[in-house]
Amino acid sequence: MPTLSAAGLTELKLKANDVRQGIIRSLLAAGSGHSAGPLDMSDVFAALYGHLMRHDPKNPQWPDRDRLLLSCGHIAPVRYSAMANFGYFPVEELLTLRKFGTRLQGHPERVRLPAVETTSGPLGEGLAQGVGMALGAKMDGKAFHVWVVTSDAEHQCGLHWEAVMTGAKFKLDNLTAIVDRNFIQIDGSTEDVMPLEPLADKYRAFNWEVFECDGNDMAAFVETAQRAAQFKGKPHVIIANTVPGKGVSFMEGDYTWHGKPPNAAQADEALRELAAERERILADAPR
Amino acid sequence: MHLVDYRDGEIKQVPTRNGFGEGLIEAGARDKNVLGICADLSESTRFEGFRKAHPEQYIEIGVSEQMLVAMAGGLAAVGKIPWIASYAMFNPGRSWEQVRTIMALNETNVKIAGAHAGVSVGPDGATHQAIEDIAIMRVIPHMIVVVPCDSVQTKKATLALSQTWGPTYLRFGREKSAVITTDETPFEVGKAQIFRDGGDVAIVACGILVYNALLAADRLSRGFGIECRVVNNHTVKPMDEAAIIDAAQSCGTVVTVEEHQKHAGMGSRVAEILAQRHPTPIEMVGVEDTFGQSGDPAELIEFYGMGVDAIVAAARRAHERRPKP
Repeated sequence: MPTLSAAGLTELKLKANDVRQGIIRSLLAAGSGHSAGPLDMSDVFAALYGHLMRHDPKNPQWPDRDRLLLSCGHIAPVRYSAMANFGYFPVEELLTLRKFGTRLQGHPERVRLPAVETTSGPLGEGLAQGVGMALGAKMDGKAFHVWVVTSDAEHQCGLHWEAVMTGAKFKLDNLTAIVDRNFIQIDGSTEDVMPLEPLADKYRAFNWEVFECDGNDMAAFVETAQRAAQFKGKPHVIIANTVPGKGVSFMEGDYTWHGKPPNAAQADEALRELAAERERILADAPR
Repeated sequence: MHLVDYRDGEIKQVPTRNGFGEGLIEAGARDKNVLGICADLSESTRFEGFRKAHPEQYIEIGVSEQMLVAMAGGLAAVGKIPWIASYAMFNPGRSWEQVRTIMALNETNVKIAGAHAGVSVGPDGATHQAIEDIAIMRVIPHMIVVVPCDSVQTKKATLALSQTWGPTYLRFGREKSAVITTDETPFEVGKAQIFRDGGDVAIVACGILVYNALLAADRLSRGFGIECRVVNNHTVKPMDEAAIIDAAQSCGTVVTVEEHQKHAGMGSRVAEILAQRHPTPIEMVGVEDTFGQSGDPAELIEFYGMGVDAIVAAARRAHERRPKP
């Protein structure tokens, strides 16, 4: 994949901002759903759809496309907003989130929206399916890459570690997991609920190549993900350190925003902050 | 129907799992996308032959049944036809939520082979005797559930299901059981078979107990003058409703026979159909809301009320309850 130009970096930052605004609008319209995780993964999703993945929004079933699995289905608003902003469907459709008859189910369903690749929501299952896809690609000599976005708390699921073990056995270097390391889950801090640390050491002990970066620093994440995807001989994980609720000051770092949407006043405030952030990105852009 | 002469005391006995092993080898030769994925039970689930015949289509992942289902979902998503096999108690027993989400809601072409089903597992005891698996699988939308009557039919079912798109559960057992069908006996998923005809009582059976149902029908004819229709109801889902209703209309009373809890199994589905469309007296043969235990397979079948005597008794009760003209 090509290196990222300065103009390309600005473009991705603007896309991440668009994705965040789409998340706020869709959550307000839905009246329920998760805020913190989608906001903190907006930079990662903008990078994946905008730079890292081979994909074609006009041909979502292209057999050689890279696969992107969202294991933690509850942060679906970020995926939907990214898909809309990268041309998979009209941005206005985001306002149907969680409503009767929508393709944008509360948790993603492949049968209703094939480009989400799989049905997810029950935690700890995405990496296992990604292992199957990556192994299938190897068996058939296909060159596509498999990306799996996971939450940190779903590392408390046994099945996730069965998948980690299996990925290492088959040396699936066409597989990259991305951990949304925001340290929050429904009942509080991951380290209070069920400690995950030392998370990187756990992956190393399972024979994975581990990368870490600031998941809200676009340049750092893109550079790290490119290095990870090219690493040969084992599967890779990127521990993306993120700030829950990133981009909306009153949500940042507050676990109580894990599973609730903004009300109208909060959404207005959030959109004002994001509009201001957009102006700063443009002002900082290289001329 | 091309049945062997099951009255012959020398009837051949072969485990149904052998039919799965043979069928899978052939399915793998017909289509290179057919895979076998094993969770550390290659010999007992009869994956060994497939592994030797098609090593490049065989995947071993160790003791991880949830992984079996989820990984197979990923492989199916990129065009493979994965058969995943373990003991029915562990897959789908342990992996049910993955089965529901990844196979059924997600509509993937994953095939589960549930081995060692029923109390006829024998000495391993209750932990390994799946007698609730039909219930948990037949309740899932889109799922195809097949319980063949012998090893020959299990082979045919394996081949047919390999070519039938959709999430699938094939259930079979460990112990040797009578081979009552031949290579010529027809088999079609979703099509129940009349193995013996009679107008007094319909015995609707699945799995290895179809043989006991046939023996019971002979005894009922000789000893009591009760003529039974014996239906091999191998496809629990989608069930052949027309065949069930026809059996009830023709005989006026029904006995269901399965190596499973009476609760929520094949017989319960028969009851659901008949209660709604053709109310008919029903007697059920199966496990009565309890767990199994260690023992000899034949002894356990008898103890838990699924032997020939129990079927004869159930048919006589059913006959008594037959509506009088």
